[in-house]
This record gives sequence, C-alpha cells and structure tokens, in this order.
Amino acid sequence: MDTTRFKSKGFYIPGIITLIIFAGLVTLPLFGSLYNVILITTLLMYANLTVSWVLFSGLTGYMSLATAAFFGVGIYASALFLPITGAELPILVVVLIGGLASSIIAFGAGALTLRLRGIYFTIFTFGLVVLIMELLNWWELSVNKILNRYIMLVDNNYIFYVMLGLFVLVMLTFFFIRRSKFGLAMRSIGENEEAASHMGINVTMVKIVTFAISAFFMGATGAIWATKLSYINPHEAFKVLISFLPVLMAIFGGMGHIYGPVIGAVIFAYLQETLQTKFSEIYMLSFGVVLVLAILYMPHGLVGLIQKVWRRISGGKRVHT
Amino acid sequence: MYILEGEGVTKYFGGLAAVDGVDFRVDQGEVVGLIGPNGAGKTTLFNLISATYSPKPGIIRFKDIDITHKKPYQICRMGIARTFQMVKIFGNLPVIENVRAGAFFGKSTSVSSANATKDSLELLEYMGLSQVANTPARDLTLANQKRLEVARALATKPELLLLDEMMAGLNQAEVAGAMQLITSIKDRGITIVMIEHVMKAIMNVCDRIIVLHHGKKIAEGTPQEIATSESVIEVYLGEDHHAGSE
Repeated sequence: MDTTRFKSKGFYIPGIITLIIFAGLVTLPLFGSLYNVILITTLLMYANLTVSWVLFSGLTGYMSLATAAFFGVGIYASALFLPITGAELPILVVVLIGGLASSIIAFGAGALTLRLRGIYFTIFTFGLVVLIMELLNWWELSVNKILNRYIMLVDNNYIFYVMLGLFVLVMLTFFFIRRSKFGLAMRSIGENEEAASHMGINVTMVKIVTFAISAFFMGATGAIWATKLSYINPHEAFKVLISFLPVLMAIFGGMGHIYGPVIGAVIFAYLQETLQTKFSEIYMLSFGVVLVLAILYMPHGLVGLIQKVWRRISGGKRVHT
Repeated sequence: MYILEGEGVTKYFGGLAAVDGVDFRVDQGEVVGLIGPNGAGKTTLFNLISATYSPKPGIIRFKDIDITHKKPYQICRMGIARTFQMVKIFGNLPVIENVRAGAFFGKSTSVSSANATKDSLELLEYMGLSQVANTPARDLTLANQKRLEVARALATKPELLLLDEMMAGLNQAEVAGAMQLITSIKDRGITIVMIEHVMKAIMNVCDRIIVLHHGKKIAEGTPQEIATSESVIEVYLGEDHHAGSE
C-alpha cells in the first residue's frame, strides 16, 4: 500500500503544470472565445462544488447530499439582491452573503444532526434540500405571490473571474486544511470517530466547522452561478442532481489526491456539456456506465490510475525535473 | 487526594444494571487491575470513566474535580487516556500520524507541529515501533496495533492510563513484552487501571485488584488477598462450573 500519496511526490511537475494552467485561465478572456469562457466557467462551477464536497465528506467520511441546498441558497441570495431591476448590493457582497447564509444553515443543521451517523446523516442532508426548497416555494407562492424571479445580467468575463477566484480560494483552503492539524483531526474522525474523541479531538466542533466551511464555498458558487440564469424559482434553484454530481465526480476523479476531485469534475462536466448537446438521449446512460466501470476498476479514481501507470512507466523511481 | 474516585457509579442498559453502585479509589502511581467474568461490567466502567457514557446515578472525580458530565475529549485533555478492547486505530493513516493525532489534541495547550512530530517519534522509539512509522496502521500485527494504541494514548501525556484487555490475543512472548511495558509506563509516573483476563499478568504487575461481578464490586485487595478470597474463587469456580454444565 502506497502511503506517499498523501505527500507531495515529485512536487515540481505538478507545481509547474498548475502554474501554467492558472496563467492560461487568468488570461483566457483575452484570447479565448466567449463559448470557451462560458464553458470553463461551468467546469469551474462543478470543480468548486466537488472540492467543497470532498473537503467535508472526503475527509470525515460523512456523506453529505446537502450540496444542492447550499448551492440553491446561494442562487437565491442573488435572486433577492441582484434582481433584473438593478443590483441592490455589489455582486461580490452578494456572493459573500450567499456563502455566509449557506454557512449559517450548515452550522445549524450540523449542530442538530452531526450526531447522526452513516446513512441517517446522508438521508437528513438530502431532506434538507427538499425542506428548504419547499419552504421557499411556499414563501414565494403564498406570501410573495411570485412564480419566477428574474436576475440581472452580468458580464460573462466577470462571472468567470469570480468563479476562478472562488476556485483558487477553495483549492487553497483544501490544500492547507489537508496538511494542517485540523485536517489530521478530520481524517481521524473519518477513520474512527470514537477513538478520535478519546484522543482529545472535539469531534462535534471539527465536523460542524468543516461542514460550514464547505457550505460557504457551495453557497458562494451558487450566488455567482445564478447570474448566468436569467430567471429562477425554487425548483430551478434546488435541483437534486446537484447533490449527486459532486459525489460522482469525486469518485470518478479519486479522493486520495488533491487534484483528484478537480480532474474528476472537469472531465465529467466537460463530457456532460458536450454529450448533452450532441447525444442528449444517451448521455446520462453513458455516465452510468462510466461510473460503474470507474468504481469497479479504479478504486482510487482516475488520479489513482494515473499514478499507478506513471509509477510503472518511471520504474517506481522518483522523478524530478 | 485520590487521582481517580468513584462513588455509587451506576449505569443501566434498559432494565439491567451493567454497573451497579460501584465505589472505587485509585491512588497516584498505582497499577490497579480490574477483573471479573465476562459481562461483569468492566468495560462499561471504563466507558463511564472516559465519558462514553455518563453514570446515573453516581459521581466520578479525577484529582478531586467532578468529571461526571464531561465529554470524552475534555476527559482526555484533563489527563485520562485509554485504549480499547477491540483496537480502534486509524487504519488508513501511517503509524506516525496515529500518534501525532494524540500528541496534537491530547492536551488543552497548543502543540506545534515540530514538537508533535518529535514527541511521536520518541514514543514510537520507546514502543519499538520506529521501523513501521510510515506503514499504514492496519498492516501491523495485532500485538503492534495494541502497542500503537498505547503509544497514541501516551502521546496525549496522560496522568492516568486505562488499558482495556491489552493482552487478549497476544502470544506468550508478546504478553511478556506487554508486562514489561506496563512496568515501564508505571516508572514514568503514570497511574494505570487495567482490565485483563491474563491472570499471570494481573498477579505480577498490579499493586491492587478490584473484582466486579454482575456489575457489583465483590472484592478488592492485593493480588495475594484476591487469590485467596473465598468470594472471588466462588465467582470464578461458579462460572467454570456453570460453563461446564452447558
């Protein structure tokens, strides 16, 4: 069993590739077509959700299906504060509100339910999506008498840069938490929660705080994503598929390495975007097949497979530039 | 002042008293054995001390401080560490990370990463686990997993260590090693309460023994006193007899 997958093995190559990709992303609006900017915004959106999901669920082993709830709360923050009649607050402030509102809900929900384990926690988080959606639905229809809310248009390059900024933030957070003492506490909880608590780890606090951090990025991502949707209503904002996709993307990419969830999300989302337009009939079906194959033959995801192949090519030696 | 003291400690599961009005006292620096037939309530008593459960009714004090309603992590930070009957190591983490977790979080004061690593390496050396420091914990032998649990507990810098059947499943040589280890931990000034079925170990390393039966304390004394106690012999022979008749 390879334990070095937690450590930076051959730091230079991934570091340089990361820098090149980052430079390419920052300058993308200068040379890329509008289509590419929009496409990559979408890929980044899924990457944000997947990394946020892994940040909590991947490390603690608590499988959350609340992603759609936090994403939807972010979308609604934009719907309320960025109506088509004109922004009531600066966009970045609204993104922050979307994140914070999700965090607060995660904090409350976490305090109530992180005592639940396994499938009970998962079911609850899924229930949270439905609960918030139905509450908003009732509020909109019965109190506000509104069917749809129209959101102001925002420049695509601006959306792209905010999404990219969030992506950098969530990656840095993920990177530093994984390496920190806090990350060790989370992994201990994932390994054996009872032992962790007897080891001096305040398990409840660690779980709630991480759940809230993860929810922050989901909410913020939802808030900026909303500006791409011309109108929303509760059923559009809270799509249950959004809860499942990050899980699939994380499994597909592999959770043992920091790049896994990103690669999984990017490839998965790219396939979705292209297949959906070309083969709308069978794209969900082909996803299912790919996923089954991934779980059966790539237990550590795509990144695990790449590492295995790489090790075979390089003869098991460490590779430096 | 006793390092650990319990008064009328009781725990019901449904209608059944797993631990029934047990009084106990542990002096600083002692090695106390906790014995009794299966189902006597030994592990439940450990779970009560380490706050997995709260006694109802009953009071537990650690150095004269009431710890009856504290949480497990608070108990640990106050200076009580434990191991588990069924090992609960962090299997997918390297051995060193298991110990570092204890070193980081076991004390209420903040520990730097460098110090946690240094302390953990020293402990692994002390436990004879240096060779496997980077091995995932689940790949260790049972004896080494049990030593790892002790190392992880010691990393929290406890004053009181609760060992739950550390020797179960070990071979003769490993039992001898474990006995040496207990004496050596005692020499570090750490008080030990241990649940054990290996009589040879209990009789040799314990200063005092407490005997539980059906959740009640039926005897307490030095190993010699316990070995000759009528009521203890009756309980054990009684059980043998009972087990034989089945």
